[in-house]
Amino acid sequence: MSDIETTAEAPEETQAPEETEAPAEAQPAADDNQPVDVAKIQSILESNLGARMRTWLSICARCGLCADSCFFYLAHDKDPKLSPAYKIKVTLGEMYRRKGRVDRQFLKQAKEIIWGQCTTCRRCSMFCPFGIDMATMFATARAVCNSQGVLPAGLARTKQNIIESGNQMAMANEDWIETCEWMAEEWGEEVAGLEIPVDVPGAKYMYTVNPREPMYYPQDVGMMAKIMHCAGESWCVPTEGWDCTNLAMFCGDKAAAAIPVRNMYASAQKLGVQYILMTECGHAYRSGAFEGPYFLDIPGGKPPVPVKHSVQLFLELIKSGKIKIDPAKRLKEPATVQDPCNVSRNAGLWEMLRELSLLLCEDFRDMNPNGAYNHCCGGGGGFIPMGPEYKRRRMQSGKVKAEQIRATGAKVVISPCHNCFDQLGDLNKEYKLGYKVLSFKELITEMMIVPEHLIPREEDDDDAQGGEE
Amino acid sequence: MRELYEFLSGTGVWIAFVVFTGGLLARLAFLAGLSRERDKVVYNHFDGGWAWRSILHWLLPLGSVSFRQQPLFGIAFWVFHAGLLVTPLFLGAHNQLFAEAFGWSLPTLPDRLADWMTIAVMAAIVFLFARRLARPEVRILSTAWDYALLIIVLAPFLTGFLAYRQIGPYELMLNLHLLTGEVMLVVIPFSKLGHLILFFFTRAFIGSDMGARRAIEGRLGARTW
Repeated sequence: MSDIETTAEAPEETQAPEETEAPAEAQPAADDNQPVDVAKIQSILESNLGARMRTWLSICARCGLCADSCFFYLAHDKDPKLSPAYKIKVTLGEMYRRKGRVDRQFLKQAKEIIWGQCTTCRRCSMFCPFGIDMATMFATARAVCNSQGVLPAGLARTKQNIIESGNQMAMANEDWIETCEWMAEEWGEEVAGLEIPVDVPGAKYMYTVNPREPMYYPQDVGMMAKIMHCAGESWCVPTEGWDCTNLAMFCGDKAAAAIPVRNMYASAQKLGVQYILMTECGHAYRSGAFEGPYFLDIPGGKPPVPVKHSVQLFLELIKSGKIKIDPAKRLKEPATVQDPCNVSRNAGLWEMLRELSLLLCEDFRDMNPNGAYNHCCGGGGGFIPMGPEYKRRRMQSGKVKAEQIRATGAKVVISPCHNCFDQLGDLNKEYKLGYKVLSFKELITEMMIVPEHLIPREEDDDDAQGGEE
Repeated sequence: MRELYEFLSGTGVWIAFVVFTGGLLARLAFLAGLSRERDKVVYNHFDGGWAWRSILHWLLPLGSVSFRQQPLFGIAFWVFHAGLLVTPLFLGAHNQLFAEAFGWSLPTLPDRLADWMTIAVMAAIVFLFARRLARPEVRILSTAWDYALLIIVLAPFLTGFLAYRQIGPYELMLNLHLLTGEVMLVVIPFSKLGHLILFFFTRAFIGSDMGARRAIEGRLGARTW
């Protein structure tokens, strides 16, 4: 693992290695004739046909107000076939209308819409007079397709990893812990006494990550250790349930989506921590804080241990003075912040993103629209792990975000989400926008003042004895 | 014609009101029962304040970001709905019938005002119909039934207006007015017009879910209006 480069630059293709892509894509058209399990489809449709679903399906006024809210629609010259209501009508609406009696070809066409034309960002729900929760409807349509094995190959692979190993990249727990040890050692050179505590009962925070951090960006783990250590926070990482992401959620697979949250909650409860702390990742927070309890059928619908996103903690630490930012190191270049849908609109943290940005940047410029009204970057809802097959579409629909960023003139885009991070990197190249994408923890570790007593002494430096007590 | 009038203004009205009220109540009861078992998320995160604001803002003219983006539609929409509810309920002639039948009536609108409101409702319906045809994103969603519903709602206003102005054969117009009004009432519980009641529930849900549910521990909730 030691040969991994860790820079702010996103790798050419992100997520799982892509060499395996070509054979996996070669799905012969012949399997169109494979029968579908209609009874299974009917049972999924039936079990999701609650009061809300019935109401939504029956009262859509077909007013078209949702169209303008959708970035797929806006990015494609207002193609009416990309309005959310239309996409529902020809997928889930059709499944219910035909009472589940659909064929494989229909499911394959539906797949291109429910995954290829929607990131379940929930912006449309804010613009619908009835507040129809279209993301939930798309999730049901995804569940139907998923039940017949019709889903983007990239997501199917990731889901398999989760089922087999408990995390999306099939990383062994030992490798995760080893990465933590390696990072503790490396970052220990920068901060005296730095460690990454493992499985500490009664710690305040149990820190969970996106597996691509230990896999491709191990420095991210080191950065967090620096922040936590300098702030003097009580924290640990768990040996199990350390993956806070949940791409099975975007497959519409409730059973598989329950696996990572069950592991994570179980570790937090076993250790008796006060909070599950999450890395800068959007969908992980949506899963852990909001949807996870429903995958596990937890009465009351709340996580058993409160979940905190990194940006919440960072803001607390800086405001309380536990972490001090060197004013001279604040970002001079024009900067903007990307509102990840699952951090801003769907989790209510958008003001915190701005407070934090203003503390770190001298020239902060907001996008328009922003906050709860932000546009999805185009990489959410499972789009990034859907891989190269969908990349062209991802770049086209990302036009809305690219234009938004261009209008700010920002040279730095801060992204507290891994999916946004990758998408923004790709958009940067595609639209030649010339910005850098950074996470908050990268900025903070760069700008923070390491407390005097934590500055490592050079052992063979003779002058150093003067500082001894 | 006279017997038809007797039927439509007597038994017909009763049937229409019973089907209208009973249908809506039955639909509501069915959904409420179903929701207890299958929509726990609604009860888990319900919040009165967020629900109320999520409803109110969509009732006020141009009270939502969404409608402010299409202000002409927003105004036509509001005039249509307000006129649709207020005009028949507070019309002098209707309340005269209430008084004769039940011995009570509601306060009434001056006839001239009601007349203008009727015209406004009809104009709004024509606008909504035209919008359905003109905007590609609305046209692609619209079914024959969506157009038919607009006509079903237009019909009692048009016939009532013509009868009041004594344009065309009065008795026929009056019978058509009764008939179309009754058809509209009967259709409401069994169509998307059920949003007359269901609107309040879907809005309360989304307002609570995207608002209150996310607005704890220092976080904000998204306003769905």
